[in-house]
Amino acid sequence: MSEIERAGEAHGTGSTALAKPAGAVPERFENPGLPPHKHRLGDVDPQAAKRAERQVAILLILSILGSIGIIVSIIGIKYDGSFDRISASTKAIGLCMFLSLFALGVGAVHWAKTLMPDDERIDYRHRQRGTTAEREEAVAILKEGAAEAGLGRRPLIRNTLIGALALFPLPAVFFFRDTGPLPGNDLSTTMWREGTYLIKDPEGGRIRAADVQLGSVVHVMPEGIEEAEHVLNEKAEAAVLIMRLDESQLTEKQAEWGVDGTVAYSKICTHMGCPVALYEQQTHHLLCPCHQSTFDLTQDCKVIFGPAKRALPQLPIRVDDEGYLVASSGFHEAVGPSFWERG
Amino acid sequence: MSTIDKVAGGVGNFADDTVGASKVVNGFARKIFPDHWSFMLGEITLYSFVILLLTGTFLTFFYEPSAAETTYTGMYAPLAGQHVSEAYASSLRISFDVRGGLLIRQVHHWAALIFVAATIVHMIRVFFTGAFRKPREINWVIGLVLALLAVFEGFTGYSLPDDLLSGTGIRIAQAIILAVPVVGSYISYFLFGGAFPGEDFIPRFFTIHILLLPAVMLGLIVVHLALVVIHKHTQYPGPGRTEDNVVGFPLFPVYMAKAGGFFFIVFGVIALIAGLFSINPIWAYGAYDPSPVTAGSQPDWYMGWLDGAVRLTPGWFEFTLFGFTFSMNIFIPTTALILFVVVAGSLYPWIEQAATGDRREHHLLDRPRNAPTRTGLGVMALTFYVLLFISGGNDIIAHMMGLSINDITRSLRVAVFVLPALAFVITKRICLGLQRKDREKALHGRETGRIVRLPHGEFIEVHAPLTDTERWVLVQHDVHRPMEIEDRVDAGNPDSLYGKVQRRLSKFFFEDRVEPVTPAELAEAHHEHHTEIGSQEHASIEEQQQSPSISTAQTSRG
Amino acid sequence: MTRTLTALSARRRHPLAVVVLIALALLLVGGLYAALAPRSAEASTTTASADDIEAGKKLFLANCATCHGLDAQGGNVVDGSGAGPSLIGVGAASVDFQVGTGRMPLAQSAAQAPEVSKIRFSQQQIDQMGAYIASLAPGPAVPTDEELDVSGVSDEQLARGASIFRTNCAMCHNFAGKGGALTAGKYAPDLTGVSGKHIYEAMVTGPQSMPVFNNNTISPEDKTAIIAWLTQEEKRPDPGGLTLGSVGPVSEGLFAWIAGIGLLIGCSVWLGMKSS
Repeated sequence: MSEIERAGEAHGTGSTALAKPAGAVPERFENPGLPPHKHRLGDVDPQAAKRAERQVAILLILSILGSIGIIVSIIGIKYDGSFDRISASTKAIGLCMFLSLFALGVGAVHWAKTLMPDDERIDYRHRQRGTTAEREEAVAILKEGAAEAGLGRRPLIRNTLIGALALFPLPAVFFFRDTGPLPGNDLSTTMWREGTYLIKDPEGGRIRAADVQLGSVVHVMPEGIEEAEHVLNEKAEAAVLIMRLDESQLTEKQAEWGVDGTVAYSKICTHMGCPVALYEQQTHHLLCPCHQSTFDLTQDCKVIFGPAKRALPQLPIRVDDEGYLVASSGFHEAVGPSFWERG
Repeated sequence: MSTIDKVAGGVGNFADDTVGASKVVNGFARKIFPDHWSFMLGEITLYSFVILLLTGTFLTFFYEPSAAETTYTGMYAPLAGQHVSEAYASSLRISFDVRGGLLIRQVHHWAALIFVAATIVHMIRVFFTGAFRKPREINWVIGLVLALLAVFEGFTGYSLPDDLLSGTGIRIAQAIILAVPVVGSYISYFLFGGAFPGEDFIPRFFTIHILLLPAVMLGLIVVHLALVVIHKHTQYPGPGRTEDNVVGFPLFPVYMAKAGGFFFIVFGVIALIAGLFSINPIWAYGAYDPSPVTAGSQPDWYMGWLDGAVRLTPGWFEFTLFGFTFSMNIFIPTTALILFVVVAGSLYPWIEQAATGDRREHHLLDRPRNAPTRTGLGVMALTFYVLLFISGGNDIIAHMMGLSINDITRSLRVAVFVLPALAFVITKRICLGLQRKDREKALHGRETGRIVRLPHGEFIEVHAPLTDTERWVLVQHDVHRPMEIEDRVDAGNPDSLYGKVQRRLSKFFFEDRVEPVTPAELAEAHHEHHTEIGSQEHASIEEQQQSPSISTAQTSRG
Repeated sequence: MTRTLTALSARRRHPLAVVVLIALALLLVGGLYAALAPRSAEASTTTASADDIEAGKKLFLANCATCHGLDAQGGNVVDGSGAGPSLIGVGAASVDFQVGTGRMPLAQSAAQAPEVSKIRFSQQQIDQMGAYIASLAPGPAVPTDEELDVSGVSDEQLARGASIFRTNCAMCHNFAGKGGALTAGKYAPDLTGVSGKHIYEAMVTGPQSMPVFNNNTISPEDKTAIIAWLTQEEKRPDPGGLTLGSVGPVSEGLFAWIAGIGLLIGCSVWLGMKSS
């Protein structure tokens, strides 16, 4: 407290300390010290001060009105299941809250700026580093304590202590063992099996091969997915797209795994797992909306642009006796983003 | 004695008897805070954090952290009968059935965006003014850790409503974890309690979001502020401001009113935005389902730079070796990039210390122009950051401006390397140029715009001389020079590897420099033009020509 | 940056490349239509008068034949000025969509034909051209008023429509139907203000990059439900306030920086200023 001075007082003492040595030109400029304090209008004109006082009071009254407005809006705007009410309530409470808080804040700052003293004060700093005596004393204390503990003389205790301290946090890691199962080969398997029917996502219903028109795309799930134990987990791996294009545009492998130009591909991006659902039926490109990996359907869904590395896996399909699309096997490789053990 | 005085006396007495309040008042009430708008940036951060704690607490009263499936029966018809998670259903209840709930949700979300933005702006201020120098290195590191935690805190919050966008974000986060070499799939299975998405991540993220991270952040914020008190606030250079004082206004009453009032201003502004502008309309996105996705799937802005980095990294970064997959196309632009930024950012104060060899405390801030290399490096890093952020929105830009997303991505792949380097060079040149302008001004005074014709016919502009006070800001700073071998005699072996690195670093930082005007130079400049234009009194008139006394390392042109 | 982007757009609009691309693409899709246009449920059932067909043919010859050929069999690249796909079997729905939204006749080459607000033909003329094209081979018909009537859609159907939209449409057109970018400058357009009829026609015909959603992949009732949901969302104000374009977190983030940080820094500057 005693260190803090009013700038005006400090100016006198400060400027003597900073006074230029007479005669010789100094190597660097000297700090000229604080400039004299300029008075505000409110400091010299009681009218201006009175005006500022009134302004602060008006702001605080606005804040009071805002606070009352919040209460009125909450009680007054009853929710009746219509969006208009929610919209009105959000706006009304929001604006009243703005008034209540903002006017209070501006009032307080305005008060500080116009009516509280605006002459700058000086506080002195001390170096963080201790004086030589302080540092020597601290070192002496530490040395004395260390000697008393005898760590230097008893290496057995010192070494085992280091060992014990190093080891004690390690078990904490093992407490997390049951936060989840080990991955096993879970990442490499999906619900698709030989004979799993393709159903429409999200409406459900098997898909007749003949209904898939050229240039169309159908979002597909394996039949029975809604009955799975963890529906979303299964969906995250099993989502599939089927598209039909002219068989001449497909490679031999693609055509073989498809039905009359209808081919099924995993919809889960091999980059980061977003659904690669943007199918451009003219260019036959599949685009992922998350990071723009682009896959070319006519080249077995090879990556032609973007950050993905691997092609989308194809799901082999066939038609059953009634003409419905059915998987002729599961995926031949892991779907979705890469992981260490994928190989 | 009035009643108020009596009551105040009683309370004060009690507080002093029980907790020694008088010592606290004596120690803190008149602490001095310097006045500058840029010192309020950290307060915006602090206050939005407080707003987040307040509104977040309100939201927990209604939010159900559970992935259990339920059937939506609320008022939003387009979701009627849909299978949704409890988390999503309760987020919709907060929005549609709790009075003021939607507003508070929007305040919370807007405050989160502003919180991280203000953190970044505050860090920019600290960096460019050199406020991280001794003795504040540790506080800089704490701030950096806080910024990182703020991003994680924001991300875990973004994930909680369990809408389509948040689920897509989690899916990407899981892929980032999977891409960690060796242990990725294990971490993922432990974090998610099995396969993605599972039912465990919502309650777990909830605990992390409302307890773990806020507690750690609060602890670090307390230390951060305690260190500000211990070190006392930095100040901008100016007349009367020295390394040994702090000039400003006392905490009580001026800063109590200013900073206290500013809390309400920040809260008020956020309430205004939240009352008028919709954010994250979770009902329109629908519940999370791994099959649908929306065009423009983006994370909140503070994750945008990582998303952008991922978008730019080409697929061939991924490779298989010894039967294992190295997903470097994901690992490098995410985990490795974060680690690099945190490590490089944390080390920066010491890197600069090595270059300057300066172990003194600094409480006077640098004007950014007076540290051209640092300012250049900062602008370089910012340019890199902004370009990554732009990449994160490349699809929106392509759609809004009718451009090809492929062309944008390809150009940005080049730009992220070229533009930051360019930004460094340009910024450094600008800083040096501004310093030269400062020299001109310090030597010859300020331009008045008044043109005078000399007796022999020449036209010149009248320069008004500066007062000592005006000149001080232009000449007060120290300039470091590249380290010579002998500079290191007390710091260790100059021929060691560290010694060589240090000298190179020093050369990189300080080879190009403009030194401030010295009194001798000023005297000479005065002398020069007083002999030249003897007839002019009281006005320093100066030809606009290069003063020969500028001691810069390169050929300088003001 | 601005310069880079201008340069980009200039390059992208290289006339010849785009023309060739469009021509090839349109040719391809036209060929596919001709080969495998649906011939069962969606085949035109409306009987147009011979007069309409005749009038339509005249309009076609005057306005479309340059690119699509005199018999709508598709044009050949003669001088690079344009070659349209075959229109045999594309149906009246396709004509109504392409001409009714101003995409055809193609005014200038671009990554894809843009929607144009000024339509050059009256609805009657469009119908006549549609009748002519439909007379060449069966194709998807213009949806009936019943198919477009959204008044009878129940809440359950609405929810179903929204769900189908999210799986089948949102990935390109965005969750709120605001559109989004595709590859190489192509885009899925904003659905705001697009009539139910044109949305329906787009689903059954699959214009440009858009895949076809015939009545077996998305049933007519579900198509109506999707339109009902889009119409309702468009009419209802966002309960949270102004939407900043409904394009997701990018615009929200920009707004937080510009308005939020901007206002707060403004307040800080005021706070730090000396009072006069």
